[in-house]
Amino acid sequence: MNPLDFLLEPLSYDFMLRALATTVIAAVVCAVLSCWLVLIGWSLMGDAVSHAVLPGVVLAHIVGAPFALGAVVFGFLAVGLIGVVRDTSRVKEDAAIGIVFTTLFALGLVLISVTPAQTDLNHIIFGNLLGVSWADLLQIAILGVVTFGILVVKRRDFTLYAFDPTHAHAIGLNPRLLGAALLGLLALTAVVALQAVGVILVVAMLIIPGATAYLLTNRFGRMLVIAPAISAGCAVTGLYLSYYLDTASGGMVVLTQGVVFALVYLFSPSHGLISSRVAARRRARAAASAARIEGAQV
Amino acid sequence: MSAADGTGADDTAAIRVSDVTVHYGEVLALDRATLSIQPGRVCGLVGMNGSGKSTLFKVILGALSPDSGTVSIHGRSPAVARKAGLVGYVPQSEAVDWAFPLSVRDVVMMGRYGRMGFTRRPKRADHDAVDRALDRVELTELADRQIGQLSGGQKKRAFVARGIAQEATVLLLDEPFAGVDKRSEATITRLLRELADAGSTVLVSTHDLHTLPSLADEAILLMRRVLMHGHPSAVLAPDALALAFGLDVLNRNDAA
Repeated sequence: MNPLDFLLEPLSYDFMLRALATTVIAAVVCAVLSCWLVLIGWSLMGDAVSHAVLPGVVLAHIVGAPFALGAVVFGFLAVGLIGVVRDTSRVKEDAAIGIVFTTLFALGLVLISVTPAQTDLNHIIFGNLLGVSWADLLQIAILGVVTFGILVVKRRDFTLYAFDPTHAHAIGLNPRLLGAALLGLLALTAVVALQAVGVILVVAMLIIPGATAYLLTNRFGRMLVIAPAISAGCAVTGLYLSYYLDTASGGMVVLTQGVVFALVYLFSPSHGLISSRVAARRRARAAASAARIEGAQV
Repeated sequence: MSAADGTGADDTAAIRVSDVTVHYGEVLALDRATLSIQPGRVCGLVGMNGSGKSTLFKVILGALSPDSGTVSIHGRSPAVARKAGLVGYVPQSEAVDWAFPLSVRDVVMMGRYGRMGFTRRPKRADHDAVDRALDRVELTELADRQIGQLSGGQKKRAFVARGIAQEATVLLLDEPFAGVDKRSEATITRLLRELADAGSTVLVSTHDLHTLPSLADEAILLMRRVLMHGHPSAVLAPDALALAFGLDVLNRNDAA
């Protein structure tokens, strides 16, 4: 099979085209958001919110409301509950997060088990990339574009919030509002990515691309380009691999992102493990030879 | 003395704090603190850890609402002063993520955000203000470095430049000399003096007493309330320091 056929053959199926579009949209939106999440230290919060939206999505399905609405309501509910448990008891934040999101996730599972159209909703948990309909894709595209647009237009405010919320406050901005906006966008992003990789793996797409880009550059502006580029590349690669290897598509996409992170972690020119070891050794050798020269001169 | 009692409409003070009390739960952080600082002055804020220095800063910034009492900046409420960009803030080193992928120029540009439009896209005037601020603190050549790649003193100057770019007339610095070498300390001191001479008001919290005489026009001794406000030499007198750093504990025991 020649390389072109290798790339084109899967695309002769409509479901593969839809899967490709879905996964690329999800990968890009998640990756952009992930840049802030990894810098603020909200990875665990991303995990929590992306799981906690499940009952919201199921309830929205039951009453026929938009998934996004249910997701945002439960996303904020989770964040609110975490704050309440943390601030009004002696339980620390990580435990509060663990308690709240698992309980809400469990509520989602229970709701699914009593909802007639079970098969549909099980796809929310594990993702069903190959079963995305045109209507699903349209919803994903609209949500994706809106979320992406807000993130890009207000990117400087979000970066200021992530870096120095006190300064944001001092110049008359509202850091609480900016934080809440990011959390709301997180909930919307979770909905976008649900269909692609499922609730459980959404968090991977919300952390890995940003963390990978963080190891490659010292400029936030570049992170915002590198993260979605890597993420989209991994999404396409993962999807093709799943097609030819006949493996789970959502899992394959995340696995690809993980592998790329590992490579960058090891080989990044600026922040990689190996390059910094090499640089440290070179410095030590230079210092040793400088000392030798000095010694010889004395 | 009508200006000093805090009721005067012709309030000339750059920073005025009147009868401010703050509790954290059961803990009393500020106890009817009252002070006023005139424009163009460098004021040192001295006190032990837990004396309420950071709390006082938060109240002046409006990041914390006092249980009682009022704050005004150039006669305006903190909210109005913030909107006008009057208050600049230089955070403690520990409060900053130095690995954050921003350049010195990026950080200084953040001083302009309050004066920019919805998307914070910098205009010519913003770039010019940033260039001038960088020049002022002598960081022009390091402007494209990632902020973590600066020395301790340069990091402080970068944040002072942010306040200059912001055109803040009141500058709050939280422990600016911690982890800063002697030469940088002198550079920062000179810079703050120049800003004050140009009309800005500078409030510097420090527990580093030896820097005070060369740095400040006046000093405030804080121990939840304002124990003393006067010339640095008066505040550094042994009696005064005993009051702030030791004797007060006895006072409290007496009161209880």
